[in-house]
Amino acid sequence: MSRSNEAVGRVFPAVGYAVGREKIREYANAVGERNPLHTDLDAARAAGHDDLVAPPMFAVVYTSPAIGPAMLDPGVGIDFARMVHGAQEFSWGPLVVAGDEIATVVEVADIRERGGMGFYVFESRSDNQRGERVSTGTWTCIVRGD
Amino acid sequence: MEAGEQLPDLKVTPDRYLTVRYAGASGDFNPIHIDDEFARSVGLPGRILHGLWTMAQVARAQTEAAGGPERLKRLSVQFRGMGVPEEEVVVTSTVREVSDGVALIDAEARQGDTRIVRRGEAEVDCS
Repeated sequence: MSRSNEAVGRVFPAVGYAVGREKIREYANAVGERNPLHTDLDAARAAGHDDLVAPPMFAVVYTSPAIGPAMLDPGVGIDFARMVHGAQEFSWGPLVVAGDEIATVVEVADIRERGGMGFYVFESRSDNQRGERVSTGTWTCIVRGD
Repeated sequence: MEAGEQLPDLKVTPDRYLTVRYAGASGDFNPIHIDDEFARSVGLPGRILHGLWTMAQVARAQTEAAGGPERLKRLSVQFRGMGVPEEEVVVTSTVREVSDGVALIDAEARQGDTRIVRRGEAEVDCS
């Protein structure tokens, strides 16, 4: 089994995501958030936010339209039938609120073989409409060998 | 927060249709999470939890202990084992060290004896 490293360093074009109030509510309910900042507009505004606040892990939602195509790109070459999500890291900057416009670029950070398995590492960098870095993600996909 | 302190456990039991709601909320419609028949056809016991849902529980344990979403600065995890619906998930978190108002916290998530998130490491603003 060989792993192509030619894709390493490739940066995919930025993909935009408009953060919606009801999407934050839907996500917050699905993950069981109990903090009213994520579901109660009055509570969010009383705490000084412009709108509902996205939970930190909502980063998954606004990066999804950028990370998906990168993982599926034939030039990267992941065999999806053999892939598992091995590890994940996020670092967060300013909070994301409903109404924000997030732009995410994804870079192929590393492709390597270890113990007969392929490790594909992607980095996502997401900025809001003010150019502030709201999150950086490191996505590690593991592809089992033949 | 101080070194050695154990944060409150977070306990949550994902119901039978949780993975369907999370698929819709997150956009991850991989059939191993929403289709029992498909999941069994690829050798799984049935539908399994999304790793990123479980990671969100680890994140929630930190933000609830620290007092809000703005407190969580970084979280890294490794996914191991397989989480399944209708079994309690328990997140445990222990403060490893505190310096300059930032706590470094070790966390993991289990279902029974199965660790489904291991080597969780969080940085939380506790200033």
